[in-house]
Amino acid sequence: MSQFPRIRSVGMAGLLVQFADAMSEPANRAALAFRAAVDSQGWPEVRETSTSLVSAFVSVDLGATPVEALTEKLSDLLASRDWLDAPLPEGRTLWRVPTLYGTDAAPQLAEAAEAAGLSPEEAVAELSQARVRVLTIGFAPGQPYTGELAEHWNIPRQQALSKAVPQGALVVAIRQLIVFTNTTPTGWRHIGQTAFRTFRPDSERPFALSPGDEMIFHNITATELSRIQSTDADGDGGAQREEIA
Amino acid sequence: MSRTVTLASAGPALSVQDMGRPGFLAQGLTRGGAMDTLALAEGAALLGQDPGLAAIELGGMGGTFTFGEDTRIALTGAPMPASCDGETLAWYASHLIPAGAKLVIGVAQTGNYGYLHVGGGIDVAERMGARATHLSAGLGALLAAGDELPVGPDKGTSTGMTLTPEARFDGGTVRIVASMQTDLFDAQTQDQFTATAFKRDARANRMGVRLDHDGPAIAAAGQLNILSDVIVQGDIQVTGDGAPFVLMADCQTTGGYPRIATVIPADLPRMAQAPAGATLRFSFVDMSEARAIQERDTAARAKLKSTLRPLLRDPSTIRDLLSYTLISGVVSATHDPYQ
Repeated sequence: MSQFPRIRSVGMAGLLVQFADAMSEPANRAALAFRAAVDSQGWPEVRETSTSLVSAFVSVDLGATPVEALTEKLSDLLASRDWLDAPLPEGRTLWRVPTLYGTDAAPQLAEAAEAAGLSPEEAVAELSQARVRVLTIGFAPGQPYTGELAEHWNIPRQQALSKAVPQGALVVAIRQLIVFTNTTPTGWRHIGQTAFRTFRPDSERPFALSPGDEMIFHNITATELSRIQSTDADGDGGAQREEIA
Repeated sequence: MSRTVTLASAGPALSVQDMGRPGFLAQGLTRGGAMDTLALAEGAALLGQDPGLAAIELGGMGGTFTFGEDTRIALTGAPMPASCDGETLAWYASHLIPAGAKLVIGVAQTGNYGYLHVGGGIDVAERMGARATHLSAGLGALLAAGDELPVGPDKGTSTGMTLTPEARFDGGTVRIVASMQTDLFDAQTQDQFTATAFKRDARANRMGVRLDHDGPAIAAAGQLNILSDVIVQGDIQVTGDGAPFVLMADCQTTGGYPRIATVIPADLPRMAQAPAGATLRFSFVDMSEARAIQERDTAARAKLKSTLRPLLRDPSTIRDLLSYTLISGVVSATHDPYQ
């Protein structure tokens, strides 16, 4: 018998429904669909919901609501259908984001390429053509975890954290790419630099991306990036968008 | 005159905080808000107003403040020396500050986060539904000398009240519950964790508190390749260097380092207020005990107002004692009666 999906408590902040213990495309779709289903139930004790890569979090004050009662509700909802068969959400966008790979602006390209068993040139060729999907938004506001890259990009995080990588940094680890919302310390390797703003707090749409969106980080020169940085008004960082579903 | 508070000087970590900004976890934004929400509740009780109103959080030290109108204030959280035009003010009390008078708040004597509450609350514009500054998200900024903040209308009038705060400013034992990744740490590691006296590292901010300890690093199996998953405030994350890191108000919403346990909400103020170098220990409680603790905490916050009592001033602490008419009809030998 499969141990998934399974329900775990998260401190006293709520319950987590995990669909797998490793990233998989069906489990990611399951998490998105299950979260939407919980939202549509309108349960009064639920404060808010969110998804991670392969799990859905249901925020409930476990100091006020017994964990057993909510576990039962979630179990019943889980049993109502095969969540791994769920479709992707509708209204998705493909983003083509101009990206400067390597150079002093993204100093860990060579190191990441070596970990993936590639030359830096091969790494850029692969990464700049990869079409990845926003698997979840998290860590920082609007910040996407995207994937999945080919298996040889299953490179671990660094043992020690980098002190800070800048806003718009493209980083890689465990077959995923992230564009950082803000300057942040990280264990992921900094391989590219974009001018894309994932979080625009004073805009009508503060969050640029949604889970299910797709992204291509195409290769540009340092000169092009400087030009974009000096002229970008809306935070798109020169990105082109296209409706895909 | 206007209802404002102006900062003539500001310590390095002053910010506007309230109960935070719920509802954006799915977009990667944690609730944020005051590091010590009990102190917000205490300030609201002292002023007889809603605990959802915003206050100024004073990280480590205060500053110098003046008000455009007579303004009620309350001082809570980490005790700091405070004075109004040179006259000492009691911490954990409410006071009336006259328009133009100089309120000076110094360095925390113990704990980390003091709070300056004003009658009517700090009335800066809401952003995404709250006034809380969330530095790691880029919402708002630290306050600086020269800032002038609007103060909301105040319906209350009472001042000169005090309460005795729950002790929480010197470290101690923090209660934790098992969480979704606790079993990634073997029983021996969990025992090591609860047997260790940690010291709060000086490196700490609103995102999290790093803990130091002697002895072997704390480690889970395969911890550099754990799938990123949801993070909540109070989670105790163990990074590659084996030092626990307790995630606090402005933490991230997701992360891939394993978490050994989660601090229960009732003990987050103790965690936030443990000063650098303070000793902290962790003690597991089961879910039913944790729920009982939380119920007691909620009840205690709800009845804070009933614990108020009038502030009795100790004459020995009144610097300008001679300016008070303590006994009417007595004429000073040095005072010129014809002046």
